[in-house]
Amino acid sequence: MVTGIIGKKVGMTQIFGDDGTVHPATVIKAGPCVVVQAKTASTDGYESVQLGLVEDTPAKVGKPLAGHYKKANVPPTRVRREVTLAPGGDALKAGDQVLVSMFANGERVDVIGTGRGKGFQGVVKRHHFAGGAATHGSMFHRAPGSIGASSFPSRVIKGMRAAGRMGGGRVTIHNLKVLRVDSDNHLLIVEGGIPGAPTGYVVVRKAVTLKKIKVAQVEKPKKGKK
Amino acid sequence: MGAIELVEQTQLTERPAMKSGDTVRVHVKIREGDKERIQIFEGVVIGLHRGGTRASFTVRKVSFGQGVERIFPLHSPTIQKVEVMRSAKVRRAKLYYLRNLKGKAARMKDSGKSQ
Repeated sequence: MVTGIIGKKVGMTQIFGDDGTVHPATVIKAGPCVVVQAKTASTDGYESVQLGLVEDTPAKVGKPLAGHYKKANVPPTRVRREVTLAPGGDALKAGDQVLVSMFANGERVDVIGTGRGKGFQGVVKRHHFAGGAATHGSMFHRAPGSIGASSFPSRVIKGMRAAGRMGGGRVTIHNLKVLRVDSDNHLLIVEGGIPGAPTGYVVVRKAVTLKKIKVAQVEKPKKGKK
Repeated sequence: MGAIELVEQTQLTERPAMKSGDTVRVHVKIREGDKERIQIFEGVVIGLHRGGTRASFTVRKVSFGQGVERIFPLHSPTIQKVEVMRSAKVRRAKLYYLRNLKGKAARMKDSGKSQ
């Protein structure tokens, strides 16, 4: 059984709970996806599938990639992502469809995407340095401070946190709750925010680090209210 | 229709056309233990904040000489219904100036369209 699907972030809105509580929600256009390549233990050493996100228009691809898609007999897609297979369930083959109906309401999912780039940032924003006092004659505000000793070691040790490019990398948000699944329109609504800007591509997969205790803590107060 | 609108459409509820200056009665569901009852909050709409399911409105009333304002999500399921009692003629969308007025000065002229 496939554990994930490719989606596109649409934007955020809010969803009312039955008790009138407002939940922040992100709308993801998830799927439909096609299996572009099925990887098996015999040929690749592990089991997984490469999915392609089917969009309104097929992608323009070069000849080598076109051949890759032709092998699966599917039109080329702009994005391909590999997702693992859960043990058990029937094996997928190239050309198979993966739909958002694989998720159910209330389920927990992980969302993997590319976070928004923040540009060149100082240490206070980038590494949460405390900075100095703004007033009282303090002449130290947002500078990093000392970055090491003097003649020994005569160099800055590797990994010293400093100002630089921030954001724009791969970000995984764990254990988001699925608020709603709209199979007809291929929409998935999860609680809370997800990485990246709207129109960004994400992979939504079943939560991998879900602890049973954590679920109980989250669900319990709700039951009490009802 | 965009995907966001598709999602929000299912959340929208039927609400009367309100505007700033309207005196409304908001029937709010209150849950006490297992029991549910309706509480009415009556006051003047001093502002509307539009935007699909995210729309809200602010109602102001003076309770025992103390001004009270409450912001309601327009499409909240906890609001059973909203009744528009009367409409006043106002010249701006947000009536925040009412906060500084009291008594006779806080009265408003009827728009003549009241129900």
